[in-house]
Amino acid sequence: MTFRHLLGLEGMSCEEILYLLDTAASFREISEREIKKVPTLRGKTVVGVFYEASTRTRVSFEIAAKRMSADFVSLSASTSSVTKGETLLDTARNLAAMRPDGIILRHPSSGAPHFLAQRVECPIINAGDGAHEHPTQALLDLLTIRERRGSLDDLKVAIVGDILHSRVARSNLHALRALGAEVRLIGPPTLLPRALREWAAVTSDLAEGVRGVDVIMTLRIQRERQGANYFPSLDEYSRYFCLNQAAVRLAKPDVLIMHPGPINRGIEIASDVADGPYSVIMDQVTNGVALRMAVLYLLVSGAQQEASEAQPVAHAPRLRRRAG
Amino acid sequence: MSSRLLIAGGTVVDPANGVHASCDVLVLDGEIVEVAAPGHGAGSGVDLLDATGCLVVPGLIDMHVHLREPGYEYKETIETGSRAAAVGGFTAVACMANTNPVNDSAAVTETIIEKARAANLVRVYPIGAVTMGLQGEQLAEIGEMRRAGIVAVSDDGQPIMSGELMRRALEYAGMFGIPVIAHEEDRGIACGGVMHEGAVSLRLGLKGVPSAAETVMVARDIALAEQTGGRVHIAHVSAAGSVELIRSAKARGIAVTGEASPHHFTLTDAAVDGYNTNAKMNPPLRCESDVAAVRAGIRDGTLDVIASDHAPHHRDEKDVEFDAALNGIVGLETALPLALRLIAEADIPIDTLIRAMSTNPARILGVPGGSLSVGAPADIAIIDPKRRWRVDPAVFASKSRNTPFGGWEMEGQAVATIVGGRVVHRATISGRRRKSA
Amino acid sequence: MSERAVMDAQGVERALTRIAHEILERNRGTERLALVGIRSRGVHLAERLRAKIAAIEHSELPTGIIDITLYRDDLSRARQQPAVKGTDIRFPIDGRRVLLVDDVLFTGRTVRAALDALVDFGRPQNVQLVVLIDRGHRELPIRADYVGKNLPTAVNESVHVRLVESDGCDEVAITRDED
Repeated sequence: MTFRHLLGLEGMSCEEILYLLDTAASFREISEREIKKVPTLRGKTVVGVFYEASTRTRVSFEIAAKRMSADFVSLSASTSSVTKGETLLDTARNLAAMRPDGIILRHPSSGAPHFLAQRVECPIINAGDGAHEHPTQALLDLLTIRERRGSLDDLKVAIVGDILHSRVARSNLHALRALGAEVRLIGPPTLLPRALREWAAVTSDLAEGVRGVDVIMTLRIQRERQGANYFPSLDEYSRYFCLNQAAVRLAKPDVLIMHPGPINRGIEIASDVADGPYSVIMDQVTNGVALRMAVLYLLVSGAQQEASEAQPVAHAPRLRRRAG
Repeated sequence: MSSRLLIAGGTVVDPANGVHASCDVLVLDGEIVEVAAPGHGAGSGVDLLDATGCLVVPGLIDMHVHLREPGYEYKETIETGSRAAAVGGFTAVACMANTNPVNDSAAVTETIIEKARAANLVRVYPIGAVTMGLQGEQLAEIGEMRRAGIVAVSDDGQPIMSGELMRRALEYAGMFGIPVIAHEEDRGIACGGVMHEGAVSLRLGLKGVPSAAETVMVARDIALAEQTGGRVHIAHVSAAGSVELIRSAKARGIAVTGEASPHHFTLTDAAVDGYNTNAKMNPPLRCESDVAAVRAGIRDGTLDVIASDHAPHHRDEKDVEFDAALNGIVGLETALPLALRLIAEADIPIDTLIRAMSTNPARILGVPGGSLSVGAPADIAIIDPKRRWRVDPAVFASKSRNTPFGGWEMEGQAVATIVGGRVVHRATISGRRRKSA
Repeated sequence: MSERAVMDAQGVERALTRIAHEILERNRGTERLALVGIRSRGVHLAERLRAKIAAIEHSELPTGIIDITLYRDDLSRARQQPAVKGTDIRFPIDGRRVLLVDDVLFTGRTVRAALDALVDFGRPQNVQLVVLIDRGHRELPIRADYVGKNLPTAVNESVHVRLVESDGCDEVAITRDED
């Protein structure tokens, strides 16, 4: 299986996703060694371009790249030419002219990685675009679930929070459905677009939503949303949707509690739940490095595809698989 | 070229006069002097224009275009826009006021008219702003602009959010007998959305504009038109709910007219897939049922006008990430073939289409043209309905190339455009003709 | 493509038994010995050696698995990334006498990669190479310490090692690659 870019999980087959997870699983032990390095990407340069503030994702990618012996360079919007008015395209072209072996992009506009992938020659890894997708986050979430549960087939997974604005929710939704899991989406109606009903069960009742589930993923509530009238106050939001012990008790006895981070303690998740015995939040972080190492291995280590071979895109090139 | 022109061998479609028959049209000194049964042949000193196999219609009038001059000449000028219009079969266009400076004064109106006269191609009727600077706060000097030559007022590009201001505009414009053309968008509901709110926007992670953002304002302005007795023309209708509201308002006798752009009866929000910025416009492309409702509205006359909303943008403004791209597409050179598709696809007769693209715009704006009556100015379009061609933005007469229809195979094109008896556009022979069945 | 058998099941069995005895003789017992098999057939062979040595000396050698994919020197040229199955070494390497086990020794590049990987885990006292088949054509200065069979081959021939654990039978065969 070959992959050129990692733009999103929509449309990825069960087979492709499992291949990524299998590969990631085999990278885990590298972070357990004393010398946490393999020479695989020696001599390769990976550039992280972060138009949105992001410490944890950026650091995770950086560690992953360095453990693969790649050189990692990072660019953040506030310090770069972006503030001088340079367009995304020009920034990318300038970078591409320096021949990096991969570009990791986080951008507030949905579709930005697709935009680049159509115009720039090196592999693009989407580290989060607008409200669209955050594929490495969802993959590490799945890796964490699989580590504990084996298969995702028929697993019941509840996702709680601001689904409307969440790229993590969208990526997870695509992947979980591809792997045969049953998804429930929980949140206030203002944050649950109507079209979601085609994809998953939707409810605004937290207790009903988490009853009997195997996994609960809580999403971060951004404080800025409060002013925009999606809910009257964080207090009221947490009264109805904060994942507390009472809610956790309604799920299966060995339920997994997950969160992409950073956590707003007491708002979307109670402290004792975040730190409790069912929480695998820290495992997610560990798995994140292994997952990103695997992604870098698959996209960056190989021969670059000739530009002329790149197929014209009618649809967004999510992850294109070459035959074989 | 003499001042006598005979257009012979074509089929005249002139809904204003109820004509749809094989007729020859004789033009003298810029006026139509005769529309008669064929076969008389041109006498000496008369130029002959062979319209065999073609439709001969009153010159098309596009009452919603953005010519971008003054101020945005890098996107389009009055001259290049006029050329694009002529290529599209239009003998007249009405241009919107969102230029720079905004056309909210007699001075800018006069500049536009002067530039159009210099281009000497098609008739250009300026539309004046409703409010100063399109800010939506203070009425512009509508009377002065009327004297300078505007044919309507509109803040198009922006909605008039203040109900009170819209009411006053309807009342005041009524004094000069001109309509208010309304861009219907509730900013609060639209809330910065960049495409139609639906399954596609959910998938793409783009902020959506629900149909309610449009219908809410259509309802408001219909009520205000009823209240004031003023004339309101609803621009670029995109939602089924809006069509329904206009239909019932007309049934109640309210002076409202409606307009649709070709992209709103051809494409759905699926066209955005892949983050295609040439499918980004305001109002956005909506879903199948909305497209069907717009077509039905054209069929039964609820939507009186088909207008292109020609909105040229430079490549640097469209070749960016979706959120950052400007709204709008060019349309003068593709409006006619897209409309002609409705004949087969939506069972809409050619007479209805010509009514929507010539007769009604002339009537609503109160300008000459829109018919082939004897004594009318010789503004005529000759359309070959079987001419096959491929949309190639690289050869557009317009300065800009922002269209989602690039590469589309079209059937039907204007082969000659005549303004005041003068041929301002003649198509080359390069079009392929389908062999007659 | 015709196949030529060069070793049958009995031959494989006898070779492994002989190698097990040689290992014990040269190392004077099992002290500080460990087995590391190179994926994937090297792993099966290492397991068999562990069982044989356990039967002879009543001592279980620690046994690990190495996946050399991430250490290969030819990834940049690959159009398709080879699958990574993972390394699994659960005992400390420091001071051990490591028996590196593979099915076929050819150019020596796989062994070079395995040595790099091994060294990332610690500092062995020494590394000894065990192979079932040595087919010649070295491209690096690598030699095996224990060889099941020396098999002279032409470069355009392929050696196929089949083991019960992965292929259903024990045998070694050669084919000539047709154009």
